[in-house]
Amino acid sequence: MKLQTATRLGLYAVLELARDPERTLSVMELADRFGVSSHHLAKVLRTLSVAGLVRGDRGAAGGYRFTGNRRRTTLMDVVALFEPAPGQRAKEPGEDTDIGAALQRVLIEIDEIAEATLRSISLETLLKSNASFLRGL
Amino acid sequence: MISIRPAQALDLPAISALDSRITGSTKPDYWRDMLAPDRHFLVAETERGALAGFIAGEIRAWEFGQPAAGWVFAIQIAPGLRLHGVGSRLFEALVARFKEKGVTRVRTLVDRKDHLILSFFRAQGMVAGPSLQLDMDVS
Repeated sequence: MKLQTATRLGLYAVLELARDPERTLSVMELADRFGVSSHHLAKVLRTLSVAGLVRGDRGAAGGYRFTGNRRRTTLMDVVALFEPAPGQRAKEPGEDTDIGAALQRVLIEIDEIAEATLRSISLETLLKSNASFLRGL
Repeated sequence: MISIRPAQALDLPAISALDSRITGSTKPDYWRDMLAPDRHFLVAETERGALAGFIAGEIRAWEFGQPAAGWVFAIQIAPGLRLHGVGSRLFEALVARFKEKGVTRVRTLVDRKDHLILSFFRAQGMVAGPSLQLDMDVS
């Protein structure tokens, strides 16, 4: 499954901040941690903020902290902020042909499995299941 | 306080009623068959003796070409008692029984649109297994 860059950055940021909801991290700190563009990440954080998953504090010690619910927020909730919903994708050329329609059924099957997987993993579950691995980093 | 114990015939009406309330289908014969000695059928009950939930499973060897594994067939928790760890206690108790029998792997099948139960099993540490379920409409 190929995620758009914004989706990947959104997941990185939410998961990193959700590891310790008391902690505030600046855009630069987050960008450095994952080796990504701070400009791009700032835009992603604004989307996460509008969704209520993080909150940005202004000022010298400003930064972002997690304000969502780790147990209730799933990976799909974050992905859905950046990726088009399956039903909203623009029709690709050739989809109306018999081969195109048959291929589309396979792709929908893959999408459904991917969505079920992302929807079944909460931030809490991912952070908990990888706690020993993450501690080692 | 919740306690876990093996299910008995006396529990069947409450088990069937809870399942029927949640799934909308009544299958008392299915639950009675779960009392067979080769099945693992556990109930969770409250201090007052009310049914809080149940879990059912079985150890199957060479099912679909795989070595022995403990299969979880069903788990249901009374809606008012969810999010209190009852499901986790039942799951852990069933896994402990499987491990006592020498099983090192636990499996289940879940409707991919049933996000609640999928999330539950994920939270217990389960991940996608090596098999893909396939089916076909032959009506």
